[in-house]
Amino acid sequence: MTSRLVDGFARRHRYSVLEALPWLAAFAGYFVFPSYLALGAQILATILFALSADLVLGYAGIVTLGHAAFFGTGAYTAGILAANGWGEPITGLLAAAAAAGLLGLVSGLVVLRTTGLSLLMQTLVVATMVAEAANKASFITGGDDGLQGMEVWPIFGWLRFDLFGRTAYLYCLIVVLLCWWMARRIVHSPFGRSLTGIRENVRRMHAIGAPVSRRRLMIYTISAVLAGISGALIAQTTQFVSLSFLSLERSGTVLIMLIIGGVGRLYGAFIGVPLYMIAQDRFSTVQPVYWYFWIGLLMVVIVVFARGGLLGLFDRFRR
Amino acid sequence: MSETLSAIISIGFHGLAFAMVLYLISVGLSVTMGMMGFVNLAHGVFAMAGGYLLTGFMRHFGVPFLPALFATAVAAALASIPIERLLYRRLYGGDELDQVLLTMGLIFIATAGATYIWGPVQQPLQPPAWLSGEINVGFRHFPAYRSFLILCGAALVTALWLGLERTAFGARVRAAVDNLRMAQSVGINTSRLFMTTFALGSGLAAFGGGLGADLLAISPSYALQYLAYFLIVVAVGGLGSIRGPFVAALLLGIADTGFKYLLPEFGAFFIYALTMAILLWRPRGLFGRA
Amino acid sequence: MGYWRAAAAFFGLHAALILMAFPAIAQTVVKIGLINSYTGFVAEAADQAQKAIDLYLKEHERDLPPGVKLELIRRDDTSNPEVGKRLAQELITREHVQLLTGIVLSPVAAAVAPLTAEAKVPLLISIAAAGVAIPRMSPYVARVTVTLWQLGYPIGKWAAEQGWKTGYTAVSDFIPGHDSEAAFTKGFTYGGGQIIGTVRFPPNNPDFAPFAQRIRDARPDLAFLWVPSGPQGTAMIKAVHDLGVRQAGTQIISTQDLLPDEELPNMGDAPLGIITSGTYSVAGERPANTAFLTAWKREYADKAIPNFLSVDAWDGMAAIFDLIKGTKGNFTADEAMGFFKDWKNPDSPRGPIMIDPETRDIVQNVYIRRLARQSGRLANIEIATIPMVKDPWKELNPVK
Repeated sequence: MTSRLVDGFARRHRYSVLEALPWLAAFAGYFVFPSYLALGAQILATILFALSADLVLGYAGIVTLGHAAFFGTGAYTAGILAANGWGEPITGLLAAAAAAGLLGLVSGLVVLRTTGLSLLMQTLVVATMVAEAANKASFITGGDDGLQGMEVWPIFGWLRFDLFGRTAYLYCLIVVLLCWWMARRIVHSPFGRSLTGIRENVRRMHAIGAPVSRRRLMIYTISAVLAGISGALIAQTTQFVSLSFLSLERSGTVLIMLIIGGVGRLYGAFIGVPLYMIAQDRFSTVQPVYWYFWIGLLMVVIVVFARGGLLGLFDRFRR
Repeated sequence: MSETLSAIISIGFHGLAFAMVLYLISVGLSVTMGMMGFVNLAHGVFAMAGGYLLTGFMRHFGVPFLPALFATAVAAALASIPIERLLYRRLYGGDELDQVLLTMGLIFIATAGATYIWGPVQQPLQPPAWLSGEINVGFRHFPAYRSFLILCGAALVTALWLGLERTAFGARVRAAVDNLRMAQSVGINTSRLFMTTFALGSGLAAFGGGLGADLLAISPSYALQYLAYFLIVVAVGGLGSIRGPFVAALLLGIADTGFKYLLPEFGAFFIYALTMAILLWRPRGLFGRA
Repeated sequence: MGYWRAAAAFFGLHAALILMAFPAIAQTVVKIGLINSYTGFVAEAADQAQKAIDLYLKEHERDLPPGVKLELIRRDDTSNPEVGKRLAQELITREHVQLLTGIVLSPVAAAVAPLTAEAKVPLLISIAAAGVAIPRMSPYVARVTVTLWQLGYPIGKWAAEQGWKTGYTAVSDFIPGHDSEAAFTKGFTYGGGQIIGTVRFPPNNPDFAPFAQRIRDARPDLAFLWVPSGPQGTAMIKAVHDLGVRQAGTQIISTQDLLPDEELPNMGDAPLGIITSGTYSVAGERPANTAFLTAWKREYADKAIPNFLSVDAWDGMAAIFDLIKGTKGNFTADEAMGFFKDWKNPDSPRGPIMIDPETRDIVQNVYIRRLARQSGRLANIEIATIPMVKDPWKELNPVK
């Protein structure tokens, strides 16, 4: 498994034509599917969320059940700013990134001291406490009813967020493109490769003098920043934030979408997220009980037979 | 003055009962996680199954309470064997994320299955006549059912401890938890040991789930709803131990109940803050061995 | 954007004129968007409502005017408000629905409300979403379900009038809990009662023993409880029972969320004697309810028991059908809102209901019910009726 990844890394270090495909498709989607742009915008933002989770899960090997804490913090930051007079979207986005990153840094200092079950529990605990704090602070966050009164200003003063989701789509597309590019650079940098080392063999990394805890903290914080941006995107394009942004369910769902696409491959998010969201959009009304059953079955099948998700299968066929 | 004392006793009692239910369900998880190193989030599914089986045996087949309880434990233990052989075994020693995702998938399947078979409403547990009502201990009354819960919990932790310390099987379990490779090299059939321990743990979970159905209501969302509690007990108690979850469950059950009584508005924060603090101080849990 | 609207209006007007001229030939399809929470943590509530909607359609499809068909488009908001908002957007821009309905969760309704004003598409909240201020968020929102204050305030006042002097409130620590607590306190103190203590518990609490103990310590005449429907309600009832709160002389009071009709068969004897305020009970005695239950049993037999959410959804469909019948399926948003504001139904399974023209919110009887055994089964027996209650919160907080 390790050699396959190393091979993969060396091969994918250079930008390939295949990598441009999802972006071309997304850009084309703007013209081909004009009535699905609202869904498209949410898919793009969720792809970024899954991407951020992939950085810690797939690359650094930190299993977390609390990633929604960063997503929600970013969303609430952008939301609270917009609801209290400052609706400029881009600065809102930056503020969200900063807030989420700060939470990532502070919680990472505490949480990353351990590994395994302990780490998992700590992430769960942090997320639960953030959610409960948001509930308690309902005078700022709106509590269970959600944050009302958000008014996001037009981008650059003239691109208004419209009913058809056109502006939202392009906004999300460009932000996610930039973030993805950043993530890709990180992953293919020496820093990124050292993360794989940390994931695969911590002792060795210690032995060769790599600053393990600092690296883990860095990627955790970067991941939190990206997650916060994705939360802010959803908040700004829907002009609403609620406690569901911080829920355990949200943390769990992003894991599911990631594994369907393939963890640790940077593009798993691009496959798993649209597949899951579109399938849910189409099928969950039919018979909701079956929806959970089939998703559960899919997860079991993927883990047992197709570890590496759909991208893993694709890789296997390519050989 | 005696009002306060009475309140304290009451809190202590109910906290203890809650703790016992958590313990009964979580002890199996602690041992299997400690031995196999497997993050089994679906452990709650066996507890849930225990609840459904118990109420099913009693209501539809008219089986009396105690026999139904044992039948439930045995049925769950047997049912766990094929699951362990076919699914869990493939992921031993593997990637944690895979284990998390497999067991999450199992939770989804179980939740959907339970909704499909029994519907989304909660399953009632009607305790038998000899356990309803109250026990009069002279100066106070205590609810009979919860007293029974506490006794069961105490009896079980003793039985488990004796089993672990005094039997050959227990010795093998301890060996495997302490050092798996070494245990294998001295000839212990760890594969069969895993299977047996997993079955035991699942049977215990079903026993706890059924017994505790009065406290933790049985519904399709059971496995997800109470997952955090079971994980906290196991993480705080320490993997691979019998005592650990007991102490952790006591701490959680009584402290949680007590804190919610004294400072209800912050009750939720307390238990999580305490968990975090303990895990920072002892990342392996209070009695962790693995 | 304005071009699109102008074009749509132009064509729409012509289409309407043509259709009006040839009623027998043309088929009008009324598209309605139903947003429900089929998956997520309120899936059970969604199912209760969906069964009622399906039943209503089956029973009343033939009541539609000739040439008019109803197309109900169901979408799942997965219990997430941002999804609900996107679905509303899609239903409006892609499916071109004339009306939105459904909605279980208050935050989803809050997210969708601004859209109704922006796009001028009416929303008839027909399942739950009981947040008090929701109809005020847009002039195109009307509601036929219930508000939290409608349940809490009248029973507070009633309880004080019955002679109970001291009260204790114990509610879940989030907005619906706070609202219920505020409503009950206001009503109780208005009637002359005194609240001697309050406690709030974490929203996802498994064991209520410590809180029941606090109630017992305070020895109030009555205790008002509020928890979200489901396992927490049962846990609360058990805790109160086990700690002997009632034996110590305290009457337990709550709202219909604590004792939903579909959970009653599974509750044992612990909840006997609890008094709740509610808008619908299966045990309610009126001809419309008998007819409703007969139709329900015919369709679902013993597989499901209807509850207040089912009846809310049922009445929502009734209102929509009345709208379609009255306008032959052709209505603008303003016409729909005008219709809803004047809408009354004296024959709902829950009794007479109407929509208040000023607030666009539901006005209905609030029943005080006591849980007792009737023909061997547990039932919420109506012991008092407070007729045609308008939402007290809006009455006490008029728009300035």
